[in-house]
Amino acid sequence: MYAYDEIDRTLVNERVSEFRDQVKRRLSGELTEDEFKILRLQNGVYLQLHAYMFRVAIPYGTLATNQLRALAHVARKYDRGYGHFTTRQNIQFNWIKLAELPDALADLAEVGIHAMQTSGNNMRNVTSDQWAGVAPGEIEDPRIWSELIRQHTTLHPEFSFLPRKFKIAITASDHDRAAIKIHDIGLRLIKNEKNETGFEVLVGGGLGRTPFIAKTIKHFVHGRDILSYIEAILRVYNQYGRRDNIYKARIKILVHELGIEKFSREVEDEWQQIRNSSLQIDGEVIEDIRSRFSYPAYEKLPHMPDQLRQAAADPDFEAWRKNSVAPHKVQGYSIVTISLKPTGGPPGDATAEQMDALADLADKYSFGEIRVGHEQNLALPHVAKRDLPALWKALDKLGLATPNVNLITDIIACPGLDYCSLANARSIPIAQELTRRFANHELANLIGRLHINISGCINACGHHHVGHIGILGVEKNGEEVYQITIGGRADENAALGTLIGPGVKFDEVADVVEDIVEAYLALRERPEELFMDTVKRLGVEPFKERVYATR
Amino acid sequence: MTSPLEQKKIKIAGPSVVTANRTWDGIVVYRTAAKGWSAELSEAAIVRNSDEARALLAESVADDVGAIGPYIAPVQIGEDGKILPGNLREQIRRTGVTIGQPAQA
Repeated sequence: MYAYDEIDRTLVNERVSEFRDQVKRRLSGELTEDEFKILRLQNGVYLQLHAYMFRVAIPYGTLATNQLRALAHVARKYDRGYGHFTTRQNIQFNWIKLAELPDALADLAEVGIHAMQTSGNNMRNVTSDQWAGVAPGEIEDPRIWSELIRQHTTLHPEFSFLPRKFKIAITASDHDRAAIKIHDIGLRLIKNEKNETGFEVLVGGGLGRTPFIAKTIKHFVHGRDILSYIEAILRVYNQYGRRDNIYKARIKILVHELGIEKFSREVEDEWQQIRNSSLQIDGEVIEDIRSRFSYPAYEKLPHMPDQLRQAAADPDFEAWRKNSVAPHKVQGYSIVTISLKPTGGPPGDATAEQMDALADLADKYSFGEIRVGHEQNLALPHVAKRDLPALWKALDKLGLATPNVNLITDIIACPGLDYCSLANARSIPIAQELTRRFANHELANLIGRLHINISGCINACGHHHVGHIGILGVEKNGEEVYQITIGGRADENAALGTLIGPGVKFDEVADVVEDIVEAYLALRERPEELFMDTVKRLGVEPFKERVYATR
Repeated sequence: MTSPLEQKKIKIAGPSVVTANRTWDGIVVYRTAAKGWSAELSEAAIVRNSDEARALLAESVADDVGAIGPYIAPVQIGEDGKILPGNLREQIRRTGVTIGQPAQA
């Protein structure tokens, strides 16, 4: 956990007071909606179909139990008893009243939570690997650098009125769980030949109506220079990024239009002017941030405790353990992913009761810490292996032990037309139907790792472009139609999926996915060949043929 | 179901209403003939051509404190005169999400 200081607390509290005054002036008519809109967006408040939506930041996906309880409290007191975890380590509440928002923000501020950097054309919540600090083989904890960037960019005037929103993600492991290649800036922590910490910097990734995979702009930027280098990128973007057309305003368009070489030169020129300025990071600053992250006092525990050995006889426990429990950097401990994808449930939703109960479990079994991942699941990062059987039983009672992490029903989906004012089609009912179709765990396990991502419009909040199977809802002649892509991925080998053919109707989507899966099972060379490997080996044609042969 | 946020020209093909979200709590409301807002679609003012729609939208926009984000939405008039939402989006806005909400499960 990171311990905020007095400056952080003052900033958050002042922000609440400021917003309270802005809301008061808005409700009295002193501020028009045009004047107020940018202010509410800077505080995470959108207008959606049914009501205001309130998006709260969970910086680098780390939550303390008192913070999770505060989110449960907001869900219960100000909303309808649940929240929705997003693909960018935020949580959204869908039914909040503007008049009550200042109180909700004040309640969250008491535990150091806020809604800054969750909306508007500014630097958004810096995201990171949900296994940060506990993943085996990690270079170092990427949250230290995420926090550095958070501190530097929060309310920074130069980054508060960008041409468009701007997203940064950081990973420090070989396997990218932070989807850095689909971010405006992706940072991969690495060491150089002198064993110094630095970053491979990628730029220009993003989804939406014009998707791009980020390109490497610099293979190594020393840690001390990372702020100046990011600032140089942002200055070039601020200067040249288009403000005349919202659809061409993201940095990915600028990088594409200038070309990565020219864009790199522009950044390099800018960087040379500022790299030796006050933006150069003093080692003490990093050490101060590092010292504010606390790590558990781990016990010395056996690799295979008796409790785990005994529980292995229970096939239900084993099914859960195999896909929910991951190795930890400390012997005797595990990282436990908690699926928010129950059969028939909306992906990423958690009730206030679940949040409270999970906070209790985190206190009991995970040193009071919870993580939020971009796949819309949660994680307990420090669970002793001896406690896994007891934790599983407790999670199962809460409906939080669905054994489907990384399987076909572990679906990423945006809120879609059920909630979102931008959406053209529904996402959640499609996800629900798919979780019912593939509810049989043996079947899901037989299929193996397969990610389905669903978006209800071209803005791609469900990251459909990078789903192994991507589903995009559009509108055609007043009806919901869904385009299917396959072959996308969001990891270190990120790729955009390929459209397999004409869109299909709402009622046909699950059948089409079944056809694709059946084709895969028939085509794979051996059970270990994952869906993505089969697609890579054969291309999309055999799948396309299977889907459209009878349609 | 094209998002009204992309609604550029006022061109209506049938009976329509002006809908928005109430400022203080965000709930869905409809402009009434009495120049107010109602949460009931049955109380909405119906417009049938572009000029009427433009006029109703203009007065709705002017009532900035009452509701925000007003736009013109299609409706259907049933044989009994009942006003019904004209598309899925408006149906969802009127009746709520098409899925069970977690807390109600």
